Amino acid sequence: MIIAMAAAARLFIRGAHSTLAISGVGTGRQNSLLKLSAGCSSRLKAQRHAAHFTFQPDPPTTEYGDTQKMNLFQSITSALDNTLASDPTAVIFGEDVAFGGVFRCTVGLRDKYGKDRVFNTPLCEQGIVGFGIGAAAAGATAIAEIQFADYIFPAFDQIVNEAAKYRYRSGNLFDCGNLTIRAPWGCVGHGSLYHSQSPEAFFAHCPGIKVVIPRSPLQAKGLLLSCIADNNPCLFFEPKILYRAAVEQVPVDSYTIPLSQAEVLQEGSDLTLVAWGTQIHVMKEVANMAQEKLGVSCEVIDLRTILPWDTETVCKSVVKTGRLLISHEAPVTGGFAAEISSTVQEECFLNLEAPIARVCGYDTPFPHIFEPFYIPDKWKCFDAIKRMINY
Amino acid sequence: MDRQGKIINPSEDPQLSKETVLNFYQKMTLLNTMDRILYESQRQGRISFYMTNYGEEGTHIGSAAALESNDLVFGQYREAGVLMYRGFPLDLFMAQCYANADDLGKGRQMPVHYGCKDLHFVTISSPLATQIPQAAGAAYALKRENMNRAVICYFGEGAASEGDAHAGFNFSATLECPLIFFCRNNGYAISTPTNEQYRGDGIAARGPGYGMLSIRVDGNDVFAVYNATKEARRRAVAENQPFLIEAMTYRIGHHSTSDDSSAYRSVDEVNYWDKQDHPISRLRHYMTARGWWSEDDERSWRKQSRKTVMEAFERAERRLKPNPELLFTDVYQEMVPRLAKQRESLFRHIQQYKEHYPLDLYEK
Repeated sequence: MIIAMAAAARLFIRGAHSTLAISGVGTGRQNSLLKLSAGCSSRLKAQRHAAHFTFQPDPPTTEYGDTQKMNLFQSITSALDNTLASDPTAVIFGEDVAFGGVFRCTVGLRDKYGKDRVFNTPLCEQGIVGFGIGAAAAGATAIAEIQFADYIFPAFDQIVNEAAKYRYRSGNLFDCGNLTIRAPWGCVGHGSLYHSQSPEAFFAHCPGIKVVIPRSPLQAKGLLLSCIADNNPCLFFEPKILYRAAVEQVPVDSYTIPLSQAEVLQEGSDLTLVAWGTQIHVMKEVANMAQEKLGVSCEVIDLRTILPWDTETVCKSVVKTGRLLISHEAPVTGGFAAEISSTVQEECFLNLEAPIARVCGYDTPFPHIFEPFYIPDKWKCFDAIKRMINY
Repeated sequence: MDRQGKIINPSEDPQLSKETVLNFYQKMTLLNTMDRILYESQRQGRISFYMTNYGEEGTHIGSAAALESNDLVFGQYREAGVLMYRGFPLDLFMAQCYANADDLGKGRQMPVHYGCKDLHFVTISSPLATQIPQAAGAAYALKRENMNRAVICYFGEGAASEGDAHAGFNFSATLECPLIFFCRNNGYAISTPTNEQYRGDGIAARGPGYGMLSIRVDGNDVFAVYNATKEARRRAVAENQPFLIEAMTYRIGHHSTSDDSSAYRSVDEVNYWDKQDHPISRLRHYMTARGWWSEDDERSWRKQSRKTVMEAFERAERRLKPNPELLFTDVYQEMVPRLAKQRESLFRHIQQYKEHYPLDLYEK
């Protein structure tokens, strides 16, 4: 089988199993124009290297009622479905959401709830967010979709100057707390400059909004429902590489997972690892590698909410372990690890056995063909742990 | 031309030479062939992504032919035919799609994000409509340069909804820029049809709102596109004002390899445009009516163009990827110390962990 792509890279192809071939003029559908020549096949297999992580589902839980197997985009659909069912003011809008969205997060919702509640907007991010702010301020539960986080920047003015400041500037007369903005986020194997970005650091610098990033379908649904319920404007970034690759048992009914609460995924005594989103799955593997190869016991923390972030859980852990490694795909300079590092050294200075390490993307735009070298993979994290332990 | 390739109004026939018209046809069909091969190659996992130009070849070739070779082009992402018309070699199209060591862009961008300084085609970026105000600025600078150069700026009817479009239109008019705005109205922005994109009379009707002369043309009539662009260019440079051309066409292909358009439109609708109103077919009718192109010509051209595309394809596929040190260059014009340190740390890391990195695929 020639199609040796990793599942992670595959997800980017919507409708991957469709055989519809639009062939252009004249000749109609043709048998494959391409035959693989013998020499190329081994090179190609090497080209499609495996994804840099393995999704690790959490153990199934009955805490929230009956569950169903869902991937990440299905867990989002489920959260939106629950919301539209219970909240008559809720509306979902953005580019291409009507037919189900480019990542299928809104499939079926328009048919189920009506075209006045799930609708396409013109192609204009500043308009989508501005419209959302107004709808929220007027009392509707507004759920806006930005097609890729890389395209959120035309809306930056509306988010930073308007949404974030609405309540404060009006003396609490007005607010847009009913607004939630969702956007696909993070690297995907071949997304390059404009389909891979992790812009949380830009928004972390903006008091008045909340920024939330889930690591899994179960977390995503609960956190998204919390964002929607929260009376502050929220940005919800969805790791696109997990849309299909992450599958686990997810409760069918509504449930919430608290915002601004980091989660300790595994306890350890020697070193604290902090990450969010896709990178959590890298960190879990790194923790195993550290245990097996170095005898180092790592505590893994999923930050979950970037703003306002849970300093208490992180500091408590660093007081215990004395070492901290933070990792994110976004470029290291001014990335969110810098904020965590700065706060932790203020709070835990005398507890630190080694300088705080940041294993992050380089200070370049996100490259296409160099992605395997760019990302903060498990080997870079493992190596940083080695150096910290030996400091 | 009508749909059968017959000239409707002889006074509007640009009366291009046989050589020119054959070149139009060959460029459009070569583009179509390249599209089909590269689309297929993505389905096979050989390149990561692709966007076809099916149905819009007339807008590319007609407009490109009406420009001077040193006019500056700002595109969106569905204008590969403009670059092809100007002579961008197949090897370099392929190199960009494969992100190999021959790519002028050094392997940094997704496929179809072409750029070529020598051919005056500014490198494509994914965000929509960002090129529109940039084109206005470029046109202003060229006006001051006083070399009779124009700028053309392509975008789709969806991108025209962005705030940047409003900015670009207004700036170009108030600042009197020699600029042609060329809107490819192809019916869809991914799944969003035009009736969800705007309620006014398309994009052309917006021009007068900015004080811009505007025209709507049949985008699948390569001669109409040529005529409109030629006149717009002449006046843009002579009068230092922008012109808006809205070319009505149809996106026959999916938005990209990440899209399956059967989810939001019928195959019948697509087949209608493919069979009844295709720029390549219409030009072919014109040519055969004049005895300029026979069935034999068609067969041998198809065979030859497929062969040249396949050869370029195979060469590109075998080529190594660029040296990973190119990850770090061109962030600024000069290398900055912090980034140099990061580069050193990556290379040290790779030395130690080399079996975990696909180094064999890259130049050393």
